[in-house]
Amino acid sequence: MYDAPSLENTLDQKAIKIAATDVQVYYGDTHAIKDVSVQIQDNTVTAFIGPSGCGKSTFLRCLNRMNDTIDICRVEGKILLDNEDIYDPKVDPVQLRAKVGMVFQKPNPFPKSIYDNIAYGPKIHGLARTKAELDEIVEKSLRRGAIWDEVKDRLQSPGTGLSGGQQQRLCIARAIATEPEVLLMDEPCSALDPIATAQVEELIDELRANFSVVIVTHSMQQAARVSQKTAFFHLGNLVEYGDTSQIFTTPVDPRTESYITGRIG
Amino acid sequence: MTDASIPKASTLLRPDARTKKRNASEARFRFYGMVAIGIGLTMLLVLMFTILTKGVGAFQQTFITLQVELLENKLDKTGARDLELIKKVSTFGYAPLIAGGFNKVVADTGIQTTLKPKDQSGILSKSAPAQLRDYVLNDPDQIGKTIEFEFLANSRVDGYLKGRVTRESIANDKNISVEQLDFVDQLKQAGVLKKRFNMDFILGADASDQRPEAAGMGVAMAGSFFMMLVVLALALPIGVAASIYLEEFAAKNWITDIIEVNISNLAAVPSIVFGILGLAVFINYMHLPQSAPLVGGLVLTLMTLPTIIISTRASLKAVPPSIRDAALGLGASKMQSVFHHVLPLAAPGILTGTIIGLAQALGETAPLLLIGMIGFIASNAPGGISEGLLSPNSAMPAQIYEWAKRADPAFYERAWGGIIILLVFLVTMNTIAVILRRRFERRW
Amino acid sequence: MSVFWLVLIVFAIAAVAYVLSRARAMKSAEGDSRKLHSLPHFYAANGALSAAVPALLVLAIWLLAQPSVINSSVARVIPDHVLEQSGSLDLVMSDVRRVADGLDEAVRQGAMTNAEADDVRAGLTDVRRRLGDVGVALGSDVRPEVLYAAQRYRALNSTGALLRNIVVILIALVGFVLSYSRTHKDFRARNVVEKGIKVLLMAAASLAILTTVGIVLSMLFETVNFFKLHNWRDFFFGTTWAPNFRGDSELSILPLLWGTLYISIIALLVAVPIGLFAAIYLSEYAGPKVRAFAKPLLEILAGIPTIVYGLFALLTVGPLLLNIFGAEGLLGVGWMGGATSVLTAGIVMGIMLIPFVSSLSDDIINSVPQSMRDGSLGLGATKSETIRQVVIPAALPGIVGAILLAASRAIGETMIVVMGAGAIAKFSLNPLETMTTITTRIVSQLTGDGDFSSPETLVAFALGLTLFVLTLGLNVLALYIVRKYREQYE
Repeated sequence: MYDAPSLENTLDQKAIKIAATDVQVYYGDTHAIKDVSVQIQDNTVTAFIGPSGCGKSTFLRCLNRMNDTIDICRVEGKILLDNEDIYDPKVDPVQLRAKVGMVFQKPNPFPKSIYDNIAYGPKIHGLARTKAELDEIVEKSLRRGAIWDEVKDRLQSPGTGLSGGQQQRLCIARAIATEPEVLLMDEPCSALDPIATAQVEELIDELRANFSVVIVTHSMQQAARVSQKTAFFHLGNLVEYGDTSQIFTTPVDPRTESYITGRIG
Repeated sequence: MTDASIPKASTLLRPDARTKKRNASEARFRFYGMVAIGIGLTMLLVLMFTILTKGVGAFQQTFITLQVELLENKLDKTGARDLELIKKVSTFGYAPLIAGGFNKVVADTGIQTTLKPKDQSGILSKSAPAQLRDYVLNDPDQIGKTIEFEFLANSRVDGYLKGRVTRESIANDKNISVEQLDFVDQLKQAGVLKKRFNMDFILGADASDQRPEAAGMGVAMAGSFFMMLVVLALALPIGVAASIYLEEFAAKNWITDIIEVNISNLAAVPSIVFGILGLAVFINYMHLPQSAPLVGGLVLTLMTLPTIIISTRASLKAVPPSIRDAALGLGASKMQSVFHHVLPLAAPGILTGTIIGLAQALGETAPLLLIGMIGFIASNAPGGISEGLLSPNSAMPAQIYEWAKRADPAFYERAWGGIIILLVFLVTMNTIAVILRRRFERRW
Repeated sequence: MSVFWLVLIVFAIAAVAYVLSRARAMKSAEGDSRKLHSLPHFYAANGALSAAVPALLVLAIWLLAQPSVINSSVARVIPDHVLEQSGSLDLVMSDVRRVADGLDEAVRQGAMTNAEADDVRAGLTDVRRRLGDVGVALGSDVRPEVLYAAQRYRALNSTGALLRNIVVILIALVGFVLSYSRTHKDFRARNVVEKGIKVLLMAAASLAILTTVGIVLSMLFETVNFFKLHNWRDFFFGTTWAPNFRGDSELSILPLLWGTLYISIIALLVAVPIGLFAAIYLSEYAGPKVRAFAKPLLEILAGIPTIVYGLFALLTVGPLLLNIFGAEGLLGVGWMGGATSVLTAGIVMGIMLIPFVSSLSDDIINSVPQSMRDGSLGLGATKSETIRQVVIPAALPGIVGAILLAASRAIGETMIVVMGAGAIAKFSLNPLETMTTITTRIVSQLTGDGDFSSPETLVAFALGLTLFVLTLGLNVLALYIVRKYREQYE
């Protein structure tokens, strides 16, 4: 279990990055997310856990409006990012997603070179004015993605040629390169082997210094290892939300307890 | 601990300049897509509109009704009603009778005209005397009586009524004069000259290039029908047999690979190449009759086979392996499992593919040009199956091409009309295919 | 006895074999079908197949082989001096056949008896007049050598037919007898029949190979003949196409190839952007309703026969362009002399290819995994950025394959260019000029009145073979690229 007694005191002083109130999500006629309210802090790793189909990924995708790409999906309620409603009609999802990056379940590098994979985001957002600046961003992102040493000699080889764990770290580096403020991760380790998982988890912990990280996972151990805050979802409801140590040791809701002890899942 | 110090995108509620630019380019890109779809659909619309507006006229024809006295002393001098003797009277013998009919009309209705009798008859089709002669030969008992007979009007007169021919446009036309058009106007007022639906265009035979008003699609339709008969009789069984072999029995070896590559390539070989094959093999080497629907059918069979094989294989593949396993588990042989279970389940799909293949073959023109299904006038509908297969004939698309070549606006109208008929067949076949697919398609 | 009746007789023998074999099998099992190794109808089918299949196979081979055997046999009786006068064997042989057909017709109409037809001598009888009487027109007087060859041709044909009938019926009977004698309750009829059916199925599948071989051989032979009469260097590298039916033609493919490629390029310039953007819009932007409505409508364009497009080019697009660019046109520039032009054919062919390009590209764009799009959108890319920078590059090989297939279609298209492009072969860059293509020339060289042994006609086969090789190359390349592309995402 993650051991951070010294952090617990500072937690409450951190700013609220995302505040969701009464969020409802419908897929056609299915009511997938019911009345979810949650406040996500800055510089914190927040884990969403719960049995499969509980809506945790759906809720995650609401936070950078990736659900907009699904025709039948409808979102109600309020989600504030730095006190601005991201579902306000004036908000451009493109700009939002630059601020709220996302890493997906399966590593999905583009069929381009490693360099171009990283440079893609900065290029479309116009973050670099010169080639040198772009090179710098790429190197910095790859370093922060903890993959620089492995790929620095083959930046022009295709990203699809890397191993699964490397690909996922490449995708994380790609997400970091656009300098987001929030990083959403949808089960980022589910397609990886244990060694690669450990590397990615280590990376997530380091990212906390600069970003607010939200991670969806179905592995309770992983949630315990990497997160400071945990939210437990069940059947589209947010059952319980609190400090990770508290959720795993003294859950309030009986459903949380059943899940953590392995009776539902 | 906030990012306030960092000077980047401070608020989401106002798009920054760069986002505005990117969104504009997004809108442009999307617009291009819509324009592309729009162009495609507009082309379809324009094409359909052109076909309909230019072709519908072909189904209407101008007729002139005259009271014709079938004078016995002209047609049957002996009065014996001997058919052989009546046949001796050529079409020239009938021309005066028609002139007489015009005389009567002019007298009855009080039309003022300076036209000579010959020029009065000139507004009729050149086939008018032959029309009358055929009528008499069919029913010699009418000789001596006065009958009401409906003659085809000349294509220029027909065009005049349809607005294709105007007084200005005929300045250099030997076939019609302004006086004749005046005469036509008067006849029309008198109710003698009328435009009506023309069944002969759909069922009749082609006519020589002097008589567009008499040309019809019927015989070419029969030619197409016999070709489709050949295609159906050969392509369906061979195609299904080949597909069963490739899908169910073929071992994975180089022979099978060669067959597969061959089939996918044959599907993309230009149709004219099949025409060359037909000419070289069926006509020059095997000496099958030129212009015969049998040869056309054979060529189209070879062309259609790949289409049928590809769609049949897809429907065989769609039958889940569990069905085969179930039959094999009961002790059926592989052959029995295929013929008793897989094939019946795949039948709707096979049928759909076959109909679509036939529709494709029906509209194909290029190979027919090479095996001689153009350039002559198929005047009589075939009497039986063997005549239908072996005697020279045309086919619907070849007939359309033939008309288009004759460089006469009256034939152009018929070509467009022919396309309407052809498209009616194609739409019907494709609709049947769609209905079959909707009704019987199984989702496993 | 015609082939039709022969086939009918074989079928009758097969039917008898069916009934008798079944009866014999049942008898050997004392009427109890459970004692048989196979179901009764397998014994029956064994009988029928043994009787019919070998006989029909032999018949088919016989029909294919007889013409060339007889031809070469008749050719041997034609003296050399006749060949020298006529110029070529093919010409003499077509004369021979025409006379033989004439004699047949005369016999059929009762104007001659069979014996008379065999005995007439050119010196004694006016064969031309007698054949003219029965409606067979001959161009010139019949030479005695030709008449003799024609009679021999007839004799060989009738002997051949007789021999064929005997052999085929005999084989059917032997097949029947053999299978009948083997019919017994322990005979594994099902295995034998199934093996036989499998061979039949395989034969059906091999027809594809046979067709390809037929296409290649039929064109190859005539092409070789063509190159015997015409210098191959002129054909491939010459610069002028000027057929002349009095001989001494300049027949080179380059100007035709230029016309073909020019029209195809214009067609692709129309079809590729429109088709590609239509596919992008349909697969990435359009809602399900628009898709369900626009996609089938676009595909109607693909189902319209090419003759319709040809007529559209000749009578609508051509005159329209003439009204703009012609001497009395809107622009008054007089760049266009007639309705047929490269642009006319190119535009119409482009319209025809739009659905072809769009439906192929649509499939290919759809096979790019959704995770690619999510990855790009998740980084804050707009849809168009995602499409242009991620989806299209990922789908590029497949799209290139689709464009190659479309190009092969354009090169082989016939009706549109026959009706819309014109007939003059030349090198020109002006798209408003009339130009001609390979397919157009094939049609006109083979539908003219030229005889089949002149280079002006034979050149069509060389053109056809070139066209075949060209399109085959494009297709193989395109299919290879598309297959590789699909494997990448499977």
